[in-house]
Amino acid sequence: MNHDAYPDNYIRGILNSVKSIAMVGASPVNVRPSYFAFKYLAQRGYDMIPVNPGHVGKELLGKPFVASLSDIGRPVDMIDIFRNSSHIMPVVEEALTLDPLPKVIWMQLGARDDAAAAKAESVGIKVVMNRCPKIEYGRLSSEISWMGVNSRTLSSKRAPAPTQGMRLSLNRMSVGGGDTAASDRAAKNKTGQS
Amino acid sequence: MSDRLPGFSTLAVHAGAQPDPTTGARATPIYQTTSFVFNDADHAASLFGLQAFGNIYTRIGNPTNAVLEERVAALEGGTAALAVASGHAAQVVILQQLLQPGDEFIAARKLYGGSINQFTHAFKSFGWNVVWADPDDIASFERAVTPRTKAIFIESIANPAGSITDIEAVSTVARKAGVPLIVDNTLASPYLIRPIDHGADIVVHSLTKFLGGHGNSLGGIIVDAGTFDWSTGGKYPMLSEPRPEYHGIRLQETFGNFAFAIACRVLGLRDLGPALSPFNAFMILTGIETLPLRMQKHCDNAKAVAEFLAGHPAVASVSYAGLPSDKYNQLARKYAPKGAGAVFTFSLKGGYDAGVNLVSKLQLFSHLANVGDTRSLVIHPASTTHSQLDDAAKVKSGAGPDVVRLSIGIEDKEDLIADLEQALGA
Repeated sequence: MNHDAYPDNYIRGILNSVKSIAMVGASPVNVRPSYFAFKYLAQRGYDMIPVNPGHVGKELLGKPFVASLSDIGRPVDMIDIFRNSSHIMPVVEEALTLDPLPKVIWMQLGARDDAAAAKAESVGIKVVMNRCPKIEYGRLSSEISWMGVNSRTLSSKRAPAPTQGMRLSLNRMSVGGGDTAASDRAAKNKTGQS
Repeated sequence: MSDRLPGFSTLAVHAGAQPDPTTGARATPIYQTTSFVFNDADHAASLFGLQAFGNIYTRIGNPTNAVLEERVAALEGGTAALAVASGHAAQVVILQQLLQPGDEFIAARKLYGGSINQFTHAFKSFGWNVVWADPDDIASFERAVTPRTKAIFIESIANPAGSITDIEAVSTVARKAGVPLIVDNTLASPYLIRPIDHGADIVVHSLTKFLGGHGNSLGGIIVDAGTFDWSTGGKYPMLSEPRPEYHGIRLQETFGNFAFAIACRVLGLRDLGPALSPFNAFMILTGIETLPLRMQKHCDNAKAVAEFLAGHPAVASVSYAGLPSDKYNQLARKYAPKGAGAVFTFSLKGGYDAGVNLVSKLQLFSHLANVGDTRSLVIHPASTTHSQLDDAAKVKSGAGPDVVRLSIGIEDKEDLIADLEQALGA
């Protein structure tokens, strides 16, 4: 997988297929991005599990915190890592001990670890780096368009008015990754990948 | 659902718009409302805290304006956009995110006269100091860089003479200086030039001109290329530091490659207030649907008129980059192969008096201070758009006393040439 520019169908396939998401580094502080990404994904119908050893015994929006991935005690489809790039590898290594393995490992906006990604991909896990699932869901459904963001999708179909808790269709026609190629190139230069 | 790239004309018609969820209306409705109801207190708090997608108040965002924003972002190849009340308002909002009082920005000397005024006088009162550079001498940009430089500003096709700026060369200077390149793409429109493809980090437009295209609605827009890293060196605290207005959110961390557009919306538009009327957004959107058709006609007509003028005995010189003999022709072939735009200048052998005489005799050309209308327009910059400059600055910006500026419309070119011929001949 080219981690500089993901085809929309790759992201769409992931967001359409996973049901449960364990969020590593989920924060109960309601101005942190992890908090509102957690909340949004829960509102869009995903089965969310907050993972943060500092908050065991507490709940995030009604879901009990667990200390680590191995404490979840049931299969999870996707692990969303809200940690800096330097803390990715141990989380991925722990994820690789789970049985069954997760289908997807997702690293948040700003987080990227190519070695960890290669490790996960070598056992058939799909990897997304330096993206936010809330932004991608909002983009592919065009819900994000309210703030002038280029969703890079088109549709001539009438969509239902979104309400809380509703899953939205992500199956719009893609304009492809090409139109933000400039920003993808910039991300590539920043991380020194070639 | 395949990742196929639609063409420019398809995006011009469709990007950002889809049938209205409530009514099924196919044209984008005009959401002429100031405010939007919240579902409950939690929803309201989430929206105010920038945590949820949705509408609050038309000074921050409006569904009609949002369609316009996404459409222009798509046409320019940016990650997001913000529409505001005018091109001038867009420039204020952009620089407010980038400059603190005492900071500097470098601007090309050849700009729309209104921008020269705004930068020289209004921005000086904010403590934003403009340093001028010569777009025909790239090294002059390099020499102007200081530790306080926060941005570089150029026009892709420069007012009034339609000269072409070497965007890639200036972008190299900006990159080396670690500052964003802002390109005013008003006279080219994304149909002719997409500055982001050549290294621009921010694109700004007066929507009033070719994008709206019909001379009926003011508007401006800011496009975020998503290319600039705002976090380095603490140079851009509006983007990289926790914002007290929003409970300590860091915009770059939260919004990634469209953080600049969000900063312009939630720190600029929200607090400075130059909101675009949804009605104007609707008019401009309707104009954009035909941008590719109009722009090609504008350019084809402009080339024919420039060729006619270049061969006329009363004309001293024509500045149109689409003419093979023009000094900007090489740059035009590189940056604007479909056409060199439709705004250019020429000078008359009879000087100032001949210019005044010409303007008074024209029957089809309208004498007014605008460009990028369906109608052909004429103006004498030295006495109007550039009148507040001193004589030396007028000449440097291409608006000397003998210069007449044309903005060629989409009428039949034979009629435009006949009108010029009768006005020049008598």
